[in-house]
Amino acid sequence: MNAKSISAQWRPAAILGLLVLLLIAPFVLPTYPLSVLTEILIFTLFAMSLNILLGYAGLPSLGHSAFFGTGGYAVGLLAKYLGTPAPLALLIAVVAGIALALITGPFVLRTHGAYFLILTLSLTQVLFGIVWLWRRVTGGDDGLPGIPTPKLPFLLGRVSDTANFYYLTLIVVGIAIATIAWVVRSPFGLALVGIRENERYLEGLGYPTWTLKYVAYALAGGYGALAGGLFAYFKGFVGPGQISWLLAGEGMVMVILGGAGTFWGPAIGTILVLLLRYEVSAFTQRWVMILGIVFILTVLLLPQGIVRLPNRIREIRAQLRREAPLPRPTAPAHHTPSERAVERVIERS
Amino acid sequence: MPVNTASLVIGLSYASLLFLVSVGLSVVFGLMRFVNLATGSLYLIGGYIGWSVARSTGNFFLALIAGALAALVVGVLIERGFLQRLHRKELLQVCLTLGVAYIVQDVTRWIWGGDPLRLRPPELLRGSMELFGSVVPIYRVALIGIGALLAVLVWYLLERTKWGAYVRAGVDDLEMVQCLGINARRVFAIVFSLGALLCGLGGALGTPVTGVAPGTDIQLQLMALIVVVLGGLGSVTGAIVASIVVALVDTIVRTFWPEASFFAVWALAALVLIVRPQGLLGRAA
Repeated sequence: MNAKSISAQWRPAAILGLLVLLLIAPFVLPTYPLSVLTEILIFTLFAMSLNILLGYAGLPSLGHSAFFGTGGYAVGLLAKYLGTPAPLALLIAVVAGIALALITGPFVLRTHGAYFLILTLSLTQVLFGIVWLWRRVTGGDDGLPGIPTPKLPFLLGRVSDTANFYYLTLIVVGIAIATIAWVVRSPFGLALVGIRENERYLEGLGYPTWTLKYVAYALAGGYGALAGGLFAYFKGFVGPGQISWLLAGEGMVMVILGGAGTFWGPAIGTILVLLLRYEVSAFTQRWVMILGIVFILTVLLLPQGIVRLPNRIREIRAQLRREAPLPRPTAPAHHTPSERAVERVIERS
Repeated sequence: MPVNTASLVIGLSYASLLFLVSVGLSVVFGLMRFVNLATGSLYLIGGYIGWSVARSTGNFFLALIAGALAALVVGVLIERGFLQRLHRKELLQVCLTLGVAYIVQDVTRWIWGGDPLRLRPPELLRGSMELFGSVVPIYRVALIGIGALLAVLVWYLLERTKWGAYVRAGVDDLEMVQCLGINARRVFAIVFSLGALLCGLGGALGTPVTGVAPGTDIQLQLMALIVVVLGGLGSVTGAIVASIVVALVDTIVRTFWPEASFFAVWALAALVLIVRPQGLLGRAA
């Protein structure tokens, strides 16, 4: 408890420090690492949006790439046919993502658990199929190339194009993440955790659980589409690959590895997966295997995600000092964070 | 008429393979709510080991046994090593079995390379025969026979034996079954191992038809997930029916509109789950 309050005390300083580092990154990093960092920011938003479903609401979606792709194609189509400016295009992308979620939500929310997983996956594959076959509009498997990269006007000529888009991404992702933080800490976010832990209980307390899940699904869709729109600008291209379920699976892995249901976990998972992909693949062909080993080790050693690593080390050190067995993970139910969240919900009601 | 006997045979032989891959997954899913995304990898292992054994010994039936046993060994390792500690933690199961799938895919690519490998059927089952006025490959017909036989066997085991009753009871209410003094963990371990065995057998049997390559595992895994969910978790009859439906839809669309074949099955899955959120033969949750 003591250690936790210390880390809570340092949290604002840590966030400020991170922000400063991110702001000066373009002056320190060469072009290639900076573009990797841009991608990390975009996928952090993607993973955090998925975390609203997977981590907070406990809805195992394997179709989140549908929203990512919808955002991407919204941006791509608007750029191709209308030449819409980026801020408006990104806004429309978000609206498109929310709209897709509002349309599919009533169907997917009828299912639970594994069925939810497969239905979200199936709908994503259907969307993939539509995009793939509707060549005339979407370009089929060629996708839509040549999306112009937007630039921040007040930085034009002062920094490189890569740095300019990096700052644009940083601003958009920063604002989005701040709003996600606000959402998950709001009574609404706490109620979602309550639904994850015990939906019937929350229903019994009078919470409109279905509506809450529906709103969460729509929100996650909107944020996911925003990430997809940014990614389309980043690549200058949007194609069916950005709807592919492989991307949804990767997002799921990012969230779980980092720590589902924790705020910063998905960011850590994203950094890990992308760095593994780009850095490890540079010096060994066996990076797929390494990724697999990392998955397994994380599940076995850090089942609550890498974000819990400091706590885990502290636990193990305490254990070594006392030479007492680790507290059983299932033991006193009252002390798990999720139970506490439920209690907070109950107190508020 | 494009839907002739030939495409029916192709579809049903594919259904046999799908059934072998998905029945274990379905029962394990239903019994322990365990999500195994390494099912396709077990098929891959069965296929590769079968291919190698057939090449070195020239005996197809030895290849089948070796493929099935190899998948069984890996399945037991997964079950003993990891699964026991991940009960009811779906997200961790997804992550862990995905990790296993990655490793298996990379190791097999390392050993057998990235090119698709195909096995010739045994002497006895080569060539084609005439069936209801169409010429069809004998091996495909044999596959249908083997699939049907195994389906009946599994159905009998689960629906007509005392041991099968334990499993079905476990699907319905695991806690209650444990209260009755039945070792549900052992039942689960046996079901999981049998499922792995059938997967490996499917892989070895399927090598002359689908071939094995990196990617076969993903394809089979996705198909198996569709079959399991369409059929309803934990239902053997459901797995049989869904295997046939999925394989036939896939084959028929493949002949009519090849580009759309991959999506047709997903559209079917989406449609079924929208209308019946618990699958074709699943009980309402």
